[in-house]
Amino acid sequence: MAQHQAHDSHGAHDAHEAHGSLKSYVIGFILSLVLTAIPLIIVLNDMLEGTAATVVLLGFAILQFVVQLVYFMHLKEEGKPRYNLMVLILGLIIVLTIVAGSIWIMTFNKVA
Amino acid sequence: MANSGNHIIAKPQHHDEHAHEEHHDQEELRFMGFWFFLITDCIMFATLFATYVVLSGSFAGGPTGAELFEMPGVIAETFILLTSSFTSGLAVLAMNKGDRKGLIGWLIVTVLLGATFLTLEISEFVTLVHEGATISTSAFWSSFYTLVGTHGLHVSIGLVWMIAIMIQLGRHGINSVTRRKVKVVSLYWHFLDVVWIFVFTIVYMLEVI
Repeated sequence: MAQHQAHDSHGAHDAHEAHGSLKSYVIGFILSLVLTAIPLIIVLNDMLEGTAATVVLLGFAILQFVVQLVYFMHLKEEGKPRYNLMVLILGLIIVLTIVAGSIWIMTFNKVA
Repeated sequence: MANSGNHIIAKPQHHDEHAHEEHHDQEELRFMGFWFFLITDCIMFATLFATYVVLSGSFAGGPTGAELFEMPGVIAETFILLTSSFTSGLAVLAMNKGDRKGLIGWLIVTVLLGATFLTLEISEFVTLVHEGATISTSAFWSSFYTLVGTHGLHVSIGLVWMIAIMIQLGRHGINSVTRRKVKVVSLYWHFLDVVWIFVFTIVYMLEVI
């Protein structure tokens, strides 16, 4: 009985391990294609310009980032404690600080 | 109480399982370690992106990106890399089913797509150099080649790595070690696709708009 139970729990663990199904990969792929195609259409037809274009295009890139994190990298299926998510958030804070900080400081440089 | 009784009876079994679990945990830990590395790699790319954005107007009287970028090639590269990210996921799915042929097959497709991406990128660089935009032309082109080239270097490393894993799969089949290696290389490949999405958006699309 105990052996059976141990085996069962191991099986469940493996199923968890096997994260990602064909369905999730196909959904992720289709979403990625759509999220790439829309900004392309916007750019190639000159539908937006200036700041609006920057914001919209970056928005689509970030959306695609989230789609790939969820459907390809299976971030949501991580067991607790969610170290991967924590490190990712810390990384993103550093990324944001570096990019936004550099751009902000260097715009002052341009004005001077 | 009942638990401890069971433990004594099933000791050899438990011992085996314990060893197995420990090995399993170690592979999990290695996978997590690779995730941590990817985050640091992400920070490195962030510094290159920041440099690119800051220098994006510094053409030093030379050609601009909008003048020289050939969008059809770049769009093809984007869809090829996106598809290869998908096929590397299919490789992991085949592995989870224990299908070694399917796994190696999808890895081969991924490598071929990656190689096509790289070929397109190199021919793009060659064309740019012929048109007078080398890495020393201006600050803009320096940052462009550094950022896009670093991504291309990552893709090249990924190709060599995947081929090495295919050789190991041929020799040892699917076991807990090769399983972790395939998962790690697939994660790496997804990561490269995400970085490319930002290269495509920030370097190419925002430049030609």
